[in-house]
Amino acid sequence: MSGINIGVLAVQGDVTENIMATKMAIEELGLDGIVTEVKTPEQISDLDGLVIPGGESTVIGTLSLVNGSLKKIKEKIASGMPVFGICAGMIMLSKKAKDRVVGEMDQPLLDFLDVKIERNAFGRQKDSFESEISMDKIGIKKFQGVFIRAPSIIETGKDVEVLSKFNEKIIAVKQGNIIGTSFHPELTGDLSLHKYFVSLIKAKH
Amino acid sequence: MIPLSGDLGDTKGVIKEKIGSFGITRGTSTLKRGFAHMLKNGVVMDVTTVEQAQIAEEAGAVAVMVLDKLPSDVRKAGGVARTASIRIIQEIMDSVTIPVMAKCRIGHVYEAMVLQETNVDMIDESEVLTPADENRHIWKWDFTSPFVNGARNLGEALRRIEEGAAMIRTKGEPGTGNVAEAVIHIKNVNTELRRIKSIYDAGDEQDLISVAREFKVSYSIVEETASLGRLPVVNFAAGGISTPADAAYLMTLGCDGVFVGSGIFKADDAKERAQAIVLATTFWEDPDKVKEAQKMIDERQSMLGLDTKNLELRMQERGSTA
Repeated sequence: MSGINIGVLAVQGDVTENIMATKMAIEELGLDGIVTEVKTPEQISDLDGLVIPGGESTVIGTLSLVNGSLKKIKEKIASGMPVFGICAGMIMLSKKAKDRVVGEMDQPLLDFLDVKIERNAFGRQKDSFESEISMDKIGIKKFQGVFIRAPSIIETGKDVEVLSKFNEKIIAVKQGNIIGTSFHPELTGDLSLHKYFVSLIKAKH
Repeated sequence: MIPLSGDLGDTKGVIKEKIGSFGITRGTSTLKRGFAHMLKNGVVMDVTTVEQAQIAEEAGAVAVMVLDKLPSDVRKAGGVARTASIRIIQEIMDSVTIPVMAKCRIGHVYEAMVLQETNVDMIDESEVLTPADENRHIWKWDFTSPFVNGARNLGEALRRIEEGAAMIRTKGEPGTGNVAEAVIHIKNVNTELRRIKSIYDAGDEQDLISVAREFKVSYSIVEETASLGRLPVVNFAAGGISTPADAAYLMTLGCDGVFVGSGIFKADDAKERAQAIVLATTFWEDPDKVKEAQKMIDERQSMLGLDTKNLELRMQERGSTA
């Protein structure tokens, strides 16, 4: 069997950092695979796994709607492709999002992850922070959480497993092959979460 | 991982606190530079009202920059240009979900403090406003909020990063609707990056030291930048961008994204133009998509613009030698 093919959605946001982290994760796991930027429905259709990076969810949503990528990603997730949404990426995966200040949002979402998100839940940029968190359920005891204008999860459906909380706020979840985090593992140099995601893809491959 | 060359680490802007039982740190370089990384491949739009900010958000702007007057009006009005009204900044912060930035005068520490207290997401220490201190920029390490600064060449960019800037943009010549100067500035930066990279690759430390002296920065930031072959922070294009093709062209020169000042809301087709510039910035690698974006605008509705050769006021020169 050939190697795994992982894409990082390259519409807007910190794409390069996620490509680097995923490549290094594959290497450390001793697996065979490639990691590329994907933007078009054609590029997405070949993938075994997808990372939706941090950025602005309104921008990523609006633009991936324009070129048909949003629809293709939905099809792929429905067929079981593992997907990892980081910050804006997690918002994209959710069913519902509201903003802490502005209120209910009508923005294009993928509508898979059965959660309701509060955007900018910890405040604006000055309130962004780093803190040590843990994800014991997936064997990650210590992780440096980098929270940048981060969202949190305020409601979860029955199939959603909570992986981590910060001061009672839910900041990491898993639902089947979907992972979502409020924080940015790609900015830390700690590959454990990207490695966990790659191993999910490998198991499915 | 984001490169942290020039990072000063434990400075006044870094704050340690507790939330519940969790120890937290705010204002680190990872958080400030990381914020800029989240803007990559996006368009930041200058706005003066809530209505313009909402048009920008709907069009797919990655952030808005609040001004009292658009740069071309600043140029026309003359007088002293200062930071925007706090009330308008706050109204805009309450009506859009994307980040809100605002400008302060070069060297005006207290305008910046006021913007930080207002809780804007990023502060632009900008040559569009009248400088308060051209010899000494703000020491940005003292702030928890991140800063973006303009630069015309690599030396200027590295001086700003050493002062704590978390993001760089080209200066261009603001408010002219003419992209020529921005093109020159980004090419200057690229040429100088190639030059120091080749010195680094040749292992010529003596030559790298002379570059540091020429740029008036520390050896360590020159060495790290040379090893990276790019700026250690996110680098956007700004100054005179008016059309989708302008934005796409600057993306081809290696910019991480674009700022659009007067180009959108000084045009008569602002809404379509805002959308078109976002499309062209996102899909810049696809000429067909950029053509479609360019088709959305009407050149007869573009701002008239100015020749940058015979300007009375060259904003780009403000604070550039310090």
